[in-house]
Amino acid sequence: MSSNIISQIYIVPGLPHILLAHEKSPAWQSLYDSYSKLRQEIENNNEADLILYFSTQWLSVIGYMFQADPNPEWLHVDQNWYDFGSMPYNFKVDTSFSEAYSQEVSKLGHNVKLINYKGFPIDTGTIVAQKLLNPNNKFPASMVSCNMYSEKDESIEIGQAAAEALKNQGKKAIIVLVSSLSNRYHIKDIDPKEDEISSAKDNEWNLKILELLAEGRLEDVSQCTREFSRQANADMNGKGLWWLSGLCGQTNNFQGKVYDYQPVWGTGAALISLTPTFTPIDTTDNINQDNLDPQVKPSNQIFSSRAPEPVGAYAHAKKVGNLLFLAGIGPRERGTKTIPGVTLDKQGKIIDYDIEIQTRSVIENVKIILEDSGSSFEKIIDVQVFLTDMEKDFKKFNEVYKEYFSKTQPTRTTVSITALPTPIAVEFKIIAEA
Amino acid sequence: MIKGQIVAGVLAPHPPHLVYAENPPQNEPKSECGWETLRWAYERCRKNILAKKPDVLLVHSPHWQTIVGHHFLGLDEFKGLSVDPIFPHLFRYNYNVKIDVELSLSIANEAKEMGLITKIMKNPDFRVDYGTITTLHLINPAWDIPAVAISSNNSPYYFSNEVGQKQMMILGQATKAAIEKSGKRAVLLASNSLSHRHFTKEATIPEDMSAEHIYNHAQYLWDMEILKMMRQGRSQQALDTLSEFIDMASAEV
Repeated sequence: MSSNIISQIYIVPGLPHILLAHEKSPAWQSLYDSYSKLRQEIENNNEADLILYFSTQWLSVIGYMFQADPNPEWLHVDQNWYDFGSMPYNFKVDTSFSEAYSQEVSKLGHNVKLINYKGFPIDTGTIVAQKLLNPNNKFPASMVSCNMYSEKDESIEIGQAAAEALKNQGKKAIIVLVSSLSNRYHIKDIDPKEDEISSAKDNEWNLKILELLAEGRLEDVSQCTREFSRQANADMNGKGLWWLSGLCGQTNNFQGKVYDYQPVWGTGAALISLTPTFTPIDTTDNINQDNLDPQVKPSNQIFSSRAPEPVGAYAHAKKVGNLLFLAGIGPRERGTKTIPGVTLDKQGKIIDYDIEIQTRSVIENVKIILEDSGSSFEKIIDVQVFLTDMEKDFKKFNEVYKEYFSKTQPTRTTVSITALPTPIAVEFKIIAEA
Repeated sequence: MIKGQIVAGVLAPHPPHLVYAENPPQNEPKSECGWETLRWAYERCRKNILAKKPDVLLVHSPHWQTIVGHHFLGLDEFKGLSVDPIFPHLFRYNYNVKIDVELSLSIANEAKEMGLITKIMKNPDFRVDYGTITTLHLINPAWDIPAVAISSNNSPYYFSNEVGQKQMMILGQATKAAIEKSGKRAVLLASNSLSHRHFTKEATIPEDMSAEHIYNHAQYLWDMEILKMMRQGRSQQALDTLSEFIDMASAEV
């Protein structure tokens, strides 16, 4: 699960202006200063084992590449901005993780290549980010390429493979997506002091994306990335955002913070952090209001990455004061259409069901959501139970219920209803202490 | 001074596979050959080109992509190790290219006067792109003819093929004017593929020719159509068709 494998997530721009020419423009200087804040966070991070980079500027064609040179060293010059100077680098790479990650990607059927060639050109984006975030190689890095032909599903599964590799290696990573937002450059020389986002529409879309990220809604960003790309020429069609979402469990369960948003030669450059969290978050102080659209409204919604996906526009839980209100919780399991204890025909109609199995599954889901909300099963105050067949199911349901609740005995109301939205026979509604 | 002239123009693509398969001493990886018909074509082309005794080879490479205007290498010499970012297992090549800076500056000035933005790249640490190196190697493996290396402006990606094509026509006119003023015999090398959709998987042995073919039949048909026009000297028709060809065949721009 993401919280065990991810220490922190950053989305950063990878243009050399910020590293080499920040003094030329107030916007670039602001980004440089904001990078310093992230660098400080990383210097204070004592739990991560590595930094994992995905840069939209490292393009691959044949499958995916993984940096596997333990100590890549070179003098890099950007193909466009060479006048800003050269970028010497000497990085420390976690080759063991790169190998593990490549194996996970290989299992998905993609060609993989471990890169260990003297002089292999590390891309400008990765170099800029690494030099600004991890200049002294406090953490070893791992780097994966961005396949130029990949689409949404593939990008997500490449992210998921990273999560699997971290889990298998028992490592915790700082995840860095090196990507601009809108990626439309000025195509003429500009006075850097007057740099601005190249179009009002791009700017508007960037602000929309930042609004979501400030609320930690990474999965929502992933869902609208295709439109973002169409409307605002998102960097590499937003592949990096999909990758990030896949790695992070495709949830909105993050504490978001936008450190900065500025133009770099017309493109949208933002520095954002996302902290994986399963505890209710008060995000009112998380946004640098100087740099962000005033419409941003933090929320106290909780989306568990383990509980079954909501079937409508609702959160798994919501915290108000010191109380936690859970949505109606059924027996479904996350990531599958199979419902424990339910047998359906080809048309999706119920052939048979087992109320005991369903009840146990409901209670396990309740436990998960409470844990992911920072609460616990023992803190349940009130339970409302909805049964679709009281006469037939109450007895067996009540026996299972007793197994779990005999110690704590929260208040309970049990009602019979005609139907539930999915083919299930039981649903719980819970109020608990946060 | 004698008026300079363009003695030849070549569509000279840059698959690093050809250099790899040729096993030149500059390249570290070695192969068991492959892509023979293309390499034979390059051998014939090389023979014809060198027989014209050019003073300079001008390469326009899509792998030096620039955002603001058209850029030119602007120092007398660039040398180093080129490692292909896509096919590093095939192409790790030690290069040493001499630049005709005088002609580079002249073309840049002509283009500027015609309304294009031009820039001269003078950072000595700059690594020359593998497209330029591959094409230069395949045309002149002795590396004894100075070159002019020109970047590929990204405008087709930001606007349209037509915008890119319009700029390239002006760049071509500026190049011609500068060559004529230089008194030199010049060969133009367009380092471009035709259709440019890659496989995303690779055979275990990269030079296994049983796995090689054009990505799909529609692209093949478009490639053949353009080649037919070129073979018959219908260059204006090829230009008129170019924008559609680029879209339909995912051609390299």
